[in-house]
Amino acid sequence: MDIQETQRLLSEYLHELADLFHRVPGSAIFLRYVKSSYQDDPIRSAVELFLFLFALRYLMAPKYSTKPGVVQLSEDEIDDLVDEWTPEPLVGKPTPLEAMEVEKRTVIVGPVGPKSKLSNGRTVVNLGSYNYYNFNTNESLKEKAIQTLRNYGVGPCGPRGFYGTQDVHMKTEADVASFLGTASCIIYAQAFSTISSVIPAFSKRGDIIVADKGVSFAIRKGIQISRSIVRWYEHNDMEDLERVLAKVTKEQARKPLTRRFIITEGLFESYGDMVDLPKIIELKLKYKFRLVLDETWSFGVLGRSGRGVTEHQNVDAAEVDMIVGSLAGPLIAGGGFCAGSEEIVHHQRISAAAYTFSAALPALLSTTASATINILQNSPETVTQLREHTKAMWAQLDPRSDWVYCTSAPENPMMILVLKPEVVAAKRLSLDDQQFLLQDVVDECLANGVLISRLKTLQDNFEPKQIVSPALKVCVTTGLTRKEIEKAGTTIRHAITKVLSKRK
Amino acid sequence: MPRRAASSSPANQPANAPSSSLASGKGGIAIKAPSIRPNRLSQFFSTSPKSKTEPQSAQAAIQLASGISVPSTATPPISSASLSLPTISLSTATAGNPNMDEPPTTLFQPPSPEEARRLAKQHAQFGPIGHHSHRYTSRHPGGAFPEPVMDEPPYYYLLTTYISYLILIAFGHVRDFFGKRFREENYRHLKPQNGYGALNSDFDNFYVRRLKLRINDCFERPVTGVPGRYITLLDRATDDHNRHFYFTGTTTDTLNLSSYNYLGFAQSEGPCADISEETLRKYGIVSPSTRAEVGTQDLHVEVEDLVAKFVGKEASMVFSMGFGTNANIFPAIVGKGCLIISDELNHASIRFGARLSGASIAMFKHNDMHDLEAKLREAISQGQPRTHRPWKNILIVVEGLYSMEGSMCNLPGLIMLKRRYKFHLFVDEAHSIGAVGPSGRGVCDYFGIDTNEVDILMGTLTKSFGANGGYIAADRAMIDKLRATNSGVFYGESPAPAVLAQIMSALRIINGELVPGQGEERLQRLAFNSRYLRLGLKRLGFIVYGHDDSPIIPILLFNPAKMPAFSHEMLKRKISVVVVGYPATPLVSSRARFCVSAAHTKEDLDRILTACDEIGNVLQLKFSTGIAGGAVTGDVTAPPEMEKEWRRKRELRVVPPRWRIEDVIRRGVQDVKSPLY
Repeated sequence: MDIQETQRLLSEYLHELADLFHRVPGSAIFLRYVKSSYQDDPIRSAVELFLFLFALRYLMAPKYSTKPGVVQLSEDEIDDLVDEWTPEPLVGKPTPLEAMEVEKRTVIVGPVGPKSKLSNGRTVVNLGSYNYYNFNTNESLKEKAIQTLRNYGVGPCGPRGFYGTQDVHMKTEADVASFLGTASCIIYAQAFSTISSVIPAFSKRGDIIVADKGVSFAIRKGIQISRSIVRWYEHNDMEDLERVLAKVTKEQARKPLTRRFIITEGLFESYGDMVDLPKIIELKLKYKFRLVLDETWSFGVLGRSGRGVTEHQNVDAAEVDMIVGSLAGPLIAGGGFCAGSEEIVHHQRISAAAYTFSAALPALLSTTASATINILQNSPETVTQLREHTKAMWAQLDPRSDWVYCTSAPENPMMILVLKPEVVAAKRLSLDDQQFLLQDVVDECLANGVLISRLKTLQDNFEPKQIVSPALKVCVTTGLTRKEIEKAGTTIRHAITKVLSKRK
Repeated sequence: MPRRAASSSPANQPANAPSSSLASGKGGIAIKAPSIRPNRLSQFFSTSPKSKTEPQSAQAAIQLASGISVPSTATPPISSASLSLPTISLSTATAGNPNMDEPPTTLFQPPSPEEARRLAKQHAQFGPIGHHSHRYTSRHPGGAFPEPVMDEPPYYYLLTTYISYLILIAFGHVRDFFGKRFREENYRHLKPQNGYGALNSDFDNFYVRRLKLRINDCFERPVTGVPGRYITLLDRATDDHNRHFYFTGTTTDTLNLSSYNYLGFAQSEGPCADISEETLRKYGIVSPSTRAEVGTQDLHVEVEDLVAKFVGKEASMVFSMGFGTNANIFPAIVGKGCLIISDELNHASIRFGARLSGASIAMFKHNDMHDLEAKLREAISQGQPRTHRPWKNILIVVEGLYSMEGSMCNLPGLIMLKRRYKFHLFVDEAHSIGAVGPSGRGVCDYFGIDTNEVDILMGTLTKSFGANGGYIAADRAMIDKLRATNSGVFYGESPAPAVLAQIMSALRIINGELVPGQGEERLQRLAFNSRYLRLGLKRLGFIVYGHDDSPIIPILLFNPAKMPAFSHEMLKRKISVVVVGYPATPLVSSRARFCVSAAHTKEDLDRILTACDEIGNVLQLKFSTGIAGGAVTGDVTAPPEMEKEWRRKRELRVVPPRWRIEDVIRRGVQDVKSPLY
C-alpha cells in the first residue's frame, strides 16, 4: 500500500467522519461557535489544544494501583511466589487445657433434671444446669410445648421479616414487656447472640461506650463489632465509673454530641456479683448517658417474682434504656430479648443483625417462655424457695471452706467459687494450673455423685484482654430438697478440700 | 382483602377457584378449615384416579395419592376407624341392593368429615404428588458450570427506576421538612435532646422512614400455624400509614412461596413431629446449659454424628442458631495475619463473624472465578499490607446457594483454584443443604465433588430440615479443637431436644432410614418444582436470576413501586411471596423471590404461573430478552443433543419469550428435564 493510497483512504475516512458530525443535530451551532471563538486568538487555541492533549494522555495512561507499597512483579515471579507459599493449617494442635476440655465433656443421657443420668450410666445430682426452678421436666409445661408443636411444627422456616413472625412470638414479646414493665420488647433466636447485636445496632463508629471491665464475652463482642470508642471502668466500682464519665464528658465537651452508653450486667456472668443499679441510674441521668443493662443471668432470678435486678433494687424498668435478657436459662425456653421504649425496639427490627438475618425462634420455645413467665408472675413463692436453697448452699460452701470463696451475690443461684488468693499465692498456681485443679475437683464431685461444672471462659482477641479467674460453677435448683442441697454442698466442699490439700 | 380474591382468582383453575370464593364468602374468624377442606378434598379426588390402575387396597391408594406420612395414615386407630365407618353405614344403607355382596367396585369411600379434615390439614402442610412424572434429580449435568446469564431490561425501565427513587427521595425530604416543623414528636429520636445524642442517625433512618415505611405492610406479615405448603396470615390493617398495624381478627390461607421450607419438613404431623413429640416428652423442653458446661446430651452426640455422616465429613458440631454459627466460627479459625476472601454477596452473618475474627477481609465479585484468581495472585504475591510478610493462611468463604440471587457457587472452579493456590475453603450451605444434590447433601453432592476438598462445611438446620440452628462439619481433629475454642460452644445455649429430634428424623427420612422412599420423593419433587417454576417464569417473559436447579427463584421487578404492587396482587390471589429491594439488593434490581418447596404440587405452581402471568401483564414485568432461556422451542429442528449448538447459532436472533400461559403449562412437564438455557 503506497502513501497515496493511504492518503486517499484517510481523506475518505475523514470525509465520512465530517459527514457523520454534520448529521448530529446542533453540530452546526457548535462548529460556528468554535470557528468564531478561535479566529483571532491563537494563544487560546494553543492552550486549549494543550489541555485537550493532556486530558487525552491522562485517559489513555495505564491504570495504576493507588495502594501504597505495591511491589511490581512479573507473572512468572507471582507464579513462583504462589508455588513457594505454604499456608498454616486453619487450627493448630490443641493445648493440654483444650484437650482436657474435650475429653472431660459431660454427656447427659435422657432428660436434664435435678438428678440426671450420665453416659457412664451413673445418676448424679445435677448442679450444673441452669434448671433453677426445675421447669424442664414440668409436665404441664411439656404438654403446652407439645400442643404448640402440634400446631406450629418445630421451626418457623424463615426470618422474622419474611413470614417468620408468628403470633406466639408477638405474644411472648408482649408478655416479657408487661412482666418487666417496659413499653415494648423484641425477641431474638439465641440469647448469646442478642446483646452482641443490640450494641452495634445503636452504637456506631464515633459513639462512646463506657463499660464495666468484667462484662461478659457477648458484650465484649458487641462492643468490638460496634467500633465505638470504649472507656472501661473497674469492675463494679461506682467511683471509678463516675470518674470515667466525668472524664468522657469533659473530653467530648467541644465535640458534636454523639450517642453515649453505659453497658453493664445485672448479675455478672464471670463473677456472679450484682450491679448497683440505683447508683448507675443516678450517674447516667447526671452525665446523660443511655444505659444498656444485660440481665442474662438476673432475669427470672432476682426480685420478688423474678423480674430481675430492676425489681430487686426497686428501680423502674423504664429508667433503663435497654434491658437485654435471656429466655434460655431458668425460663427453660430459648432465645434472648431486648426490652425498652418503642423506638428502641422498632429500630432493632431493621438494624439488629441477629434479628434481621436469622430465622425466628421455634414456636414451642416461645410459648414455653410465655408460660414460665406466667408461672413466675403468679407464684412468687417459687423464687423465694430458690433463694432459700441458695442460702443453704452458700452456708455449706463460702464460710466453711479454707480454699475457695464465692464471688456471687448471695441471691445468685449460680455460685462462682474462686480459689482464695492466699491459696493461689502459696501454691504458686498459674491460671492453667488452677483450671486443671478445678477440673480435678469437678471429677471428684462427680465421683461422689454431684455434677457441677467449671466456669468456662474463652480468651478473645479484643484489647484490653480480660482475665477471668478460673472458678467452679454450682447452680442451685429447687428440684432438690433442702437436705439434698446441703448434702451436695458438703460433697463439693469435701471434694475441694481433698483435691487442694493433696496438691503441694 | 379476601372478598376481592373471589373475583380475581384464576379462571382456568377449577380446583382452586371454588375454594377461594368459598373462603372469602365465609369471611369470619374460623376461615381456616372451611377454606382448605373443599379445596384439598377436590384435589384428593382429582389426583386419586391416577393411582387407581394399580391393584392395591383403598388404604394403599390413599397413601399413594397422598404420597407421604405413611404411618399417620396407616397406624392411628382413629383414622382406620373413621375409614371403616362409612363402609359399614354404606352397606347397611344399601341393604336392598342386589349387588350388595359384590366387593365395592370403586376404591373411594366418602371420607368422614373428621378424616377429611385430617387430610385437609395434612395436605395444607404437604401437598400430595400429582403425577409420577413430577420428579427430577438435582445434579450437575457435567461440563463447565455455566455462569447464569444476566438479562437486562430495556433502558426505559432502568431510567424510570432511577427517577422513581429520585421522586421518592425528593418527596421524603419535603415531608421531612414539614414534618420536622409541625410534627416534632415523630422526630424526637433523630435529634439530640436534653443533652442526649440522637438515638438514630437522621440520615441512616431516612430510608426506613421515608421509603420502607411506605411498603411496610409487605414485611413482617404475622402468621400462625405451620409454614408448610400453605401459610396462614393474620390479617391486619393500618390507620396511620403503616406505622402501626391492628389485627382485623380474620386470617387468610395463602399458598406459601416465602418460607425456606425446601423439603417440606415444616409439618405438625407425620413422623418428624411424632418423634419430636416423643423426644420432648422424654427429654424435657430444653437442655438448660451451654454445650461446654453440662448442656450436652446423648441426643446432641447422635445428631452431630448423623449430620457429619450426612454431609460427608468426619465430625460436626451443632448450634442453636444459624446466624450465631457463622458469627462465632470465624474468630476460632482465623485471626490477625490471616486473609478472608469473601464473595461480595455473602450473608450478613459471615460478615459479622469475619469482622469479629480480626483477620483482613477482601472481597471478590459474585461467583467470578477470574476476579478471585486475580485477588489470590495479588494477595499471595504481595503478602500482608505494609510488612509484605506472607499471609498465615487464606480462607475463601462462599455460600452454596445465594439466598437473594438463586445462584450456586462455582464449586468446580473453586476446587481448581484451590489446588493451585492452596487456600482453605469454607462453604456456607445455609440454603443448599437438603435443597440441592441428588441425595440432598448440598453443593458437593450436586457437583459430585468429594467433601474432603472443602475444609469446612457450614449449614443451617432451619431451612430444609424444618428445625432450627446450624452446624459446622470438618475433620475430627479440627472439630475437636473447635470444641475448645468456638465461643458458640462456650456461651451459646444448647439446642433443644425437640429441635434435635426434628433434625434427626428429617435426616433419617432423607437418607432413607425412616419411611423409605419418602426422602427421595421430597428431593425429586423439590428439584422438579424448582425447574418447572423457573422454566415457566422464563417462558412467560420474566427476568429470572439464578441457576436451573436452585429452589430460590427471584424475578426482577426493578421499579420500587412494583414491589408492593406485586406483593399485594399476589396476596389478592392468596399467594404469599417475599419482595426485596434496596439495601438487600442493588438499588435498581428490586425483586420478588419465590422459595419453592417439595410440599408444592404442580397445580400450585400452575396457580403461581397464572397469577404471575396476569400480574406481569398488568405491572409490565415481562422484560426478558430471551438470552437467559425460555425462548420458543416449538420450532427446534435440531436433535436434542445438537440443540445447544443450534441455539448458539441462532443466538443473534433471539426472540423475547412471551408464551401464553396455556402453552407454558402444557409444555412444562416435558421440557423441564432438558437444560433451561
